[in-house]
Amino acid sequence: MHDGVALGSLLLALLGGIMRVSTPFLFVSLGECITEISGRINLGLEGTLVFGAMSGYGVSWLTGSPWLGVLAAGVSGMLLGLIHGLLCSLPKVNDIAVGIAMMLFGTGISFFIGKPLIQPEAAMLPSWHLGSWSHDPQVRDALRVNALLPLGLGLAALLRLAFKRTRLGLVLRLVGDNAAAARALGYHVVRLRILATVAGGFLAGIGGAFLSLYYPGGWNEGLSSGQGLMAVALVIFARWDPVRCALAALLFGAAGALGPALQSQGLTQGYYLFNAAPYVLTLILMTLSWRPGQTLAGSPGELSLTNRS
Amino acid sequence: MKEMKYSASRRNWLRMMAALGAGAVSQFIPDGVRQAMAASKLVVGAIYVGAKDDFGYNQSQAEAAAALRKLPGVRVVEEERVPETIAVQKTMEAMVNEDGAGMVFATSFGYFSPYVLKVAQEYPSVDFSHCGGLWKPGMPKNAGSFFGYIDECVYLNGMAAAYASKSKKLGFVAAKPIPQVLRNINAFLLGARSVNPACTVSVIFTGDWSLPVKEAEASNSLVDQGVDVLTCHVDSPKVVIETAERRGIYCCGYHVNQAVLAPKGYLTGAEWNWETPYTILVNNAMAGKPMINFLRGGLKEGFVRTSPFGPAVSAKAKQHSLAVKARMMAGDFVIFKGPLLDNSGKTVIPAGVVQAQRDEVLESMNYLVDGVIGHV
Repeated sequence: MHDGVALGSLLLALLGGIMRVSTPFLFVSLGECITEISGRINLGLEGTLVFGAMSGYGVSWLTGSPWLGVLAAGVSGMLLGLIHGLLCSLPKVNDIAVGIAMMLFGTGISFFIGKPLIQPEAAMLPSWHLGSWSHDPQVRDALRVNALLPLGLGLAALLRLAFKRTRLGLVLRLVGDNAAAARALGYHVVRLRILATVAGGFLAGIGGAFLSLYYPGGWNEGLSSGQGLMAVALVIFARWDPVRCALAALLFGAAGALGPALQSQGLTQGYYLFNAAPYVLTLILMTLSWRPGQTLAGSPGELSLTNRS
Repeated sequence: MKEMKYSASRRNWLRMMAALGAGAVSQFIPDGVRQAMAASKLVVGAIYVGAKDDFGYNQSQAEAAAALRKLPGVRVVEEERVPETIAVQKTMEAMVNEDGAGMVFATSFGYFSPYVLKVAQEYPSVDFSHCGGLWKPGMPKNAGSFFGYIDECVYLNGMAAAYASKSKKLGFVAAKPIPQVLRNINAFLLGARSVNPACTVSVIFTGDWSLPVKEAEASNSLVDQGVDVLTCHVDSPKVVIETAERRGIYCCGYHVNQAVLAPKGYLTGAEWNWETPYTILVNNAMAGKPMINFLRGGLKEGFVRTSPFGPAVSAKAKQHSLAVKARMMAGDFVIFKGPLLDNSGKTVIPAGVVQAQRDEVLESMNYLVDGVIGHV
């Protein structure tokens, strides 16, 4: 029973965890990254994730096309993003409070509309079998990849480039860093922030579609269990860099696989601790990336969360 | 703030007036029915911890509540997704005060202590039935617990699993290490070992009743370790059963029939049939009899049932399983008897000791038997 933990097998399990669990974190954190760069924080992405999961599942079930479901999830995410963006543009409205309200609204309305979707079986997203060369079923399964993961990773690289090199990216950063300067240069700050929140909602919705249409698959009210919130925290220790967001998301996927993988190998003591690995990881990384009396490096100046004034 | 106070006191006043009116007649009406008399129907409240169509535990309870609706003189009110916190106390109070419930079914394990016990004390004329708790003398007389000996069906699951398995490694995805879950894991192993003593059961505890991503991860990592039959004890087995089917291995269902989710690999399943205890308890209340505080039953009493065999079950396995099931139906089959070791080598049931189905010692089980790979 205690013949030790097979390291190779454990690494494979972590790799499998990356392939299966990290995608929702990836999309939500990229979406949040865009929104926060523009100077607003949207805590409601947990609700957007759940709403995207529900609407993606529903559309896939109705039309039989999972990719249409992904699109629908994105569009419904945009809708929630638009509500958040518009509300926050009203005078004296705090974006964090609106975000919490949107989180409750998003999950609530998903549970309400999603009632009849728990039982039916919708068409699932396909996966690429990159491990078909191997005879080991564990390798084959760990290397089953859904197209959304490489898409998200590519998007992370593109976003980093966009924030550094393109006009729109630079303007967005300016809006997020110093609204007065952006206004002086003639940019429409509010409009750009709404756009950034809508774009963020789109990506978070797609993250939700991954949950309901690929892994674990199916619509259920306990589907997300806080992943959207974790992804928001992830953006902060990724210091608003899309590529670092992606790396953090992959790390989270691996950490999530750690608990079950160790238990299945017979290391069964202290499983509560291993199951808590992603959360412990968040705390450690948050602590490490923060120093007293100092603003986070790279934080957008207009962000209410880390306001310098 | 002021307004809230006003409406609360108004409600209290209304309640007082209603009580005064009802008080005059109430002496002649037995407990439990008194509250419902106003509506001339027995109002039955059912409270679930999750969604009531979850392919799992909550669905099994909701199916029974739906069956109650067909009884004459019964009105059912339901609330889903009630957490195991003070929230359930408020739900129960609301069912009694607002809907006039004369009987409440609190169906989740964590509702019992302290919430059900507390509310039962508050409303002595309402019957509170809890699913799975252990009612003991000294607790409120209008509270009680009902449960089914589903470990009989899980034992049969274990037998079917042992016949189907090639690797002799079986997997069990469990939520929390509470007595009922441990009893099922142990029964699954004992059933499997009754067919093939080489079988082992690897357990993964996810830590909570409904964590789909973690359940999927647990299932996948068990399959990665060579497990070729999976079963589970979580609120909704949907994810586990679907993952098993996707990975091309066998599975045994739990709570309700999940054969539609795994048409190829579904062997059989352990299902609740809560309609039986619900009906007994409601008829009992309507007849004005005192609350049944401790209600249990297994296959024989119709509290549980097995899913029909799937296509992968061999004729030999079916025959063996049906023979054991017949002995269970006759009431002369014992699952837990000595000598029995736990998986750390300690004797948990000494040789010669028999713990039959109704033995209450089994309801505080805190060990995993020899052959189970896992830790409480």
